[in-house]
Amino acid sequence: MRRFLRPGHDPVRERLKRDLFQFNKTVEHGFPHQPSALGYSPFLRLMAIGTRSGAIKLYGAPGVEFMGLHEENNTVMQIHFIPDQCQLVTLLDDNSLHLWSLKQHGGTSELREEHRFTLKGPPGSPPSATQVTAVLPHSSREVLYLGTESGNIFVVELPSFRVLEDRTITPEAVLQWIPEDNCNRRSCELVEALREHPKNPDQILIGYSRGLIVLWDLQNNKATHHFLGSQQLENLYWQRDGSRFISCHYDGSYSQWPVSSDNRQSEPLQSTVPYGPFPCKAISKIYWQTTKNGLPYIIFQGGMPRASYGDRHSISVIHGSQQTAFDFTSRVIDFFIIFSSDPAADFDDPSALVVLAEEELVVIDLKSAGWPAVHPPYLASLHCSAITCSHHVSNIPLKLWERIISAGSKQNIHYSTMPWPIDGGTNIAPDPPQRDLLLTGHEDGTVRFWDASGVCLHLLYKLSTVRVFLTDADPNDNMNTLGEDEWPPLRKVGTFDPYSDDPRLGIQKIYLCKYSGYLAVAGTAGQVLVMELNDEDAEHVVDHAEADLLQDQEGYRWKGHEKLKTRDGPVRFEAGFQPFVLVQCQPPAVVTSLALHSEWRLVAFGTSHGFGLFDHQQKRLVFVKCTLHPSDQLALEGPLSRVKSLKKSLRQSFRRIRRSRVSSRKRRGGGGNASEVQEANAKFDQDVLQEMELAPVQRKIEARSAEDSFTGFVRTLYFADTFLRDSSRHCPSLWAGTNGGTVYAFCLRVPPAERRMDEPVRAEQAKEIQLMHRAPVVGILVLDGRSTPLPEPLEVAHDLSKSPDMQGSHQLLVVSEEQFKVFTLPKVSSKLKLKLTALEGCRVRKVTVANFGSCKTDDYSENDLAVLTNLGDIQIISLPFLKLQIRYPCIRKEDVSGIASCVFTKYGQGFYLISPSEFERFSLSTKWLVEPRCIVDMPEVTSNNHLHKSGTENAARKS
Amino acid sequence: QFGAEFRRFSLDRYKPGKFEDFYKLILHIHHIANLEVMIGYADVHGDLLPINNDDNFFKAVSSAHPLLRVFIQRQDEVDYSNFGTNTLSRKKKALVTLRNDNLRRRPHINISMPHDFRPVSSIIDVDILPETHRRVRLYRHGCEKPLGFYIRDGTSVRVTPHGLEKVPGIFISRMVPGGLAESTGLLAVNDEVLEVNGIEVAGKTLDQVTDMMIANSHNLIITVKPANQRNNIIRSSRMSGSSGQSTDSTASHHSLPTPHVLQNFHPDEMESDEEADIVIEGGLEPQHIPKLHSLTSSSLSRINGSSLSHRLQRDLVLNNSSGRESNGNLHKLLSSLKTDPRHSLVIPRGGIEEDGTVITL
Repeated sequence: MRRFLRPGHDPVRERLKRDLFQFNKTVEHGFPHQPSALGYSPFLRLMAIGTRSGAIKLYGAPGVEFMGLHEENNTVMQIHFIPDQCQLVTLLDDNSLHLWSLKQHGGTSELREEHRFTLKGPPGSPPSATQVTAVLPHSSREVLYLGTESGNIFVVELPSFRVLEDRTITPEAVLQWIPEDNCNRRSCELVEALREHPKNPDQILIGYSRGLIVLWDLQNNKATHHFLGSQQLENLYWQRDGSRFISCHYDGSYSQWPVSSDNRQSEPLQSTVPYGPFPCKAISKIYWQTTKNGLPYIIFQGGMPRASYGDRHSISVIHGSQQTAFDFTSRVIDFFIIFSSDPAADFDDPSALVVLAEEELVVIDLKSAGWPAVHPPYLASLHCSAITCSHHVSNIPLKLWERIISAGSKQNIHYSTMPWPIDGGTNIAPDPPQRDLLLTGHEDGTVRFWDASGVCLHLLYKLSTVRVFLTDADPNDNMNTLGEDEWPPLRKVGTFDPYSDDPRLGIQKIYLCKYSGYLAVAGTAGQVLVMELNDEDAEHVVDHAEADLLQDQEGYRWKGHEKLKTRDGPVRFEAGFQPFVLVQCQPPAVVTSLALHSEWRLVAFGTSHGFGLFDHQQKRLVFVKCTLHPSDQLALEGPLSRVKSLKKSLRQSFRRIRRSRVSSRKRRGGGGNASEVQEANAKFDQDVLQEMELAPVQRKIEARSAEDSFTGFVRTLYFADTFLRDSSRHCPSLWAGTNGGTVYAFCLRVPPAERRMDEPVRAEQAKEIQLMHRAPVVGILVLDGRSTPLPEPLEVAHDLSKSPDMQGSHQLLVVSEEQFKVFTLPKVSSKLKLKLTALEGCRVRKVTVANFGSCKTDDYSENDLAVLTNLGDIQIISLPFLKLQIRYPCIRKEDVSGIASCVFTKYGQGFYLISPSEFERFSLSTKWLVEPRCIVDMPEVTSNNHLHKSGTENAARKS
Repeated sequence: QFGAEFRRFSLDRYKPGKFEDFYKLILHIHHIANLEVMIGYADVHGDLLPINNDDNFFKAVSSAHPLLRVFIQRQDEVDYSNFGTNTLSRKKKALVTLRNDNLRRRPHINISMPHDFRPVSSIIDVDILPETHRRVRLYRHGCEKPLGFYIRDGTSVRVTPHGLEKVPGIFISRMVPGGLAESTGLLAVNDEVLEVNGIEVAGKTLDQVTDMMIANSHNLIITVKPANQRNNIIRSSRMSGSSGQSTDSTASHHSLPTPHVLQNFHPDEMESDEEADIVIEGGLEPQHIPKLHSLTSSSLSRINGSSLSHRLQRDLVLNNSSGRESNGNLHKLLSSLKTDPRHSLVIPRGGIEEDGTVITL
């Protein structure tokens, strides 16, 4: 048992480890999963988003963001900022209220939960008596008015959450002031909306669900006005001067009501159903914004004709004769308007409409003609088409960076030029040390380039591969071209589009060479595209080749999807990455690995059938290698042949029956009558039943054999210039690792640059290694004479890396799911290994070489392996001695998609999906840490006069 | 051929050495090095008993008064029923690991040289484990037979300082009929799994334990707490603890004593035994490997000695399971030929990995 003893701790190494490694989850990129509430503080110019899992996230100027999590993990129903304070109140669906505040601590602001409170009724009262439906933070900042389902309005003191019972506004008290003939007790059930008078803090407007609206005088405890709507009330909004308010209703109508001192019970000035005359859906929230030129902006959510457009998620903006119904692809959670918050100003002058939809944030510029959308600097909808893969490139050269940005800016011309309107707080984080790109491949055949250098994940450029192929969708089909006189005037906004035209277009692997600007992408239907960055639009023919990975293997039939049809003739491409070579694998199975060598101008690709090498300079296939095991039926026939495997299992079951029948016959000496068959069948059924019952809790212990499915599946491809044949001459080589634990090494002969076009690239198989434990090979790496990983192609040519040591002996590192193994080169003999699975039961899911710098001294850095296991642990393993340095729990082991999506950077950071729309960024390094550091200062309160509030109340509960 | 040949030679009674050395010596003395022979001896009762492993060799030497009469027979001429049974009615012990339970019921039990059998399983570390536990080693040869059992989550009761406590545990839930695990008779449904290859499973999930077992499937050692505690091996105090030569004191259908297999495995040892990746140089098609190996095996082994032939055998097992048996014999023969019989024949296990990984074809 010697080897299970822990090695003696070297104190020097332990200290160094503390200077090198540190685990932090730093920031969440992307759009919050399942948002449920929205709030905005015009005072702080911060926006808050609550989610169904109890998270609240605050966003201001780019880089300013805060996150908090309610312990209960309950849905956040409403968010209200306390006027003129760095505080906010959240209401959860368990009826609890939480007070959060932004406090400065150590130079940065932090979001902390201060208090929590649940309203309690008198003993024996039903839960509805205290079920909070409306929240009004009073401008005095001392109290909170809580409207409830019972119609009572409770007053609680802030920040202590003490109930001021003597100030409760009961329905009975309200009814005293209303003539009995048109009201009864039921009129005061369920408080729908509470609004403070914009000019007089002693008056609040109370809207009850059944349509009764009362203006309540807090000073004298009496109703000064009451208004009787005929329709069920949805929401209320005060006009800026307090002379009128507007109410919106369940039947899709809104009404304007005058508030004058002489008229105590008034009729609406105006009542309209904007999308009438046919029955309409409810208007759940409305704004009435005044402007200098007199024409108001009326902005409301919903109200669409029930029969024909009832399924639309819309927000309508009416300004004079202009009217647009912004049409969202996902449900609208809530919205707010950014307008002049100066209390002295006479008009609202709205500048932007901010809409939180279920899957994205859309901001509309209301000042520019045509109301264009504003490109958000954060909260990007990563999942506008489902993410299928991701690839990270660190330290992008400035030249390439600028070219990508310039290509992207040409795509964004339809966006408004307005500066981002939500600009509270100050970002005090240092500038990111380098330019990093995160590339995400999507189901619809697009690749998105994200600026991943800092806290804000920002879309730089979007590349579509669809144009190369013939698909059902017409590329000229534009969703936004609606006729002039279309009614309602719908306009599609936002980028979230979960529908893919053709799943075969999906991107599975991406490889970008940051020095040459070559990009290779590979997809679901075996397509491999090689692209080049071009700053101009261009029209050209894409060269097309086919790689038959089955070669001469007979008797195989692919039952999966067909290969994609290509477009004949020249295709027009916009500026950016333009494909010039297309290789299609045959059979068109999903591409499982991809490698590009921009110096040798070679691209290697692998599927579940084999792998191939393509010379993209000469546009010639160099070779293909079939890795298939003859018994691997599943791989042969494609993913659609599940039926087949069922058939196979049935066949096995029948074989089992036959066997049992035979044995029983033997025992009884002849027989085989009907009753025995029945018996066997019954036994079989029972067996199956038993198997099904036990299936979820038991695991079969079965050694891996050569007959397992998908052994030929190519998991990893790697180019290296190393000593493959003998120790005196090194040559280019291609390495491939399969699911069955086989490593193939090919010796390549690449002609020198001057004869590159004249002589063909040659390849010859030099080695084949079968790992005894047969676990899938997930990584291959060659270490040079100094035990440093070989540099990337062109890295040395660009003086960004020391040239590798070609004198000493090279070593080969093969990482399988179960073990790390170092072999000598060229004689492949095992030198060193680290078993992972055999000792801990975990398997390697992702592995990358990462460079770790010391936080103490600038001149020390080392290369280690960053490893993610199937348990969601991250381990750092030293090179070349394969010693486990440290281990951090990172992802829950049940979160399979999170583990599958993880991508490491070259400098010890990483990303993984915590939801379809969010990347969590983590850091293993003490040196490279990208996390929000920001500060929110309390703006000077200009006067004692309270500010006009932008309420976002109630809509969340409605929707 | 041997009927009339007699040789007399001396042997250090107190340090008899290994059986294999003795075997080599006999072959050497009789100049019959290329024959498979069966060595037997006459014990004090006049029974003809076989000598085919260290233990009965030791027994034979120690019981010799003063001369050990050794009978040498050609392997294929041996009438196994002669051993032990014909002269006295004493029931003989099963001295060699049996391939299968069923073999017992057959009329002729072939007890012969150990290499004619391959071990399927063994109980090991009997001397260091508590009596309630059992450490079982499963040998998997090639891919022809599945390990064949299922494990599940469950709870077991442990005695802790706070009294009895229920703790989660891993249990064997089902045996695949005809699988390796079932055929050993050493594992049973509801046995609690405590360790896998020396690593405690406490605190590990079912999936982790599954992965650990599969990763170690070439050489799986599991420590179980049998559900049926009546079949435990009872250690008698007079026996020496080191050998672990457990006489099966309780007659039961499934606790085979396994005296001759290696005891107290060190993990390092197991490793070299199990792990040797195959490297093929040049652009060979993988299908050709078995054929090439068998073609060249004899010539190769002459050059490279025992470790290589050992390796080859393993490769052959992997690639060509049907030819395993005969090649196993071939290997044994080859290795015996190449080594000086008067020296220890124990193959340096650590050496295999270092110089035996690459075969240049």
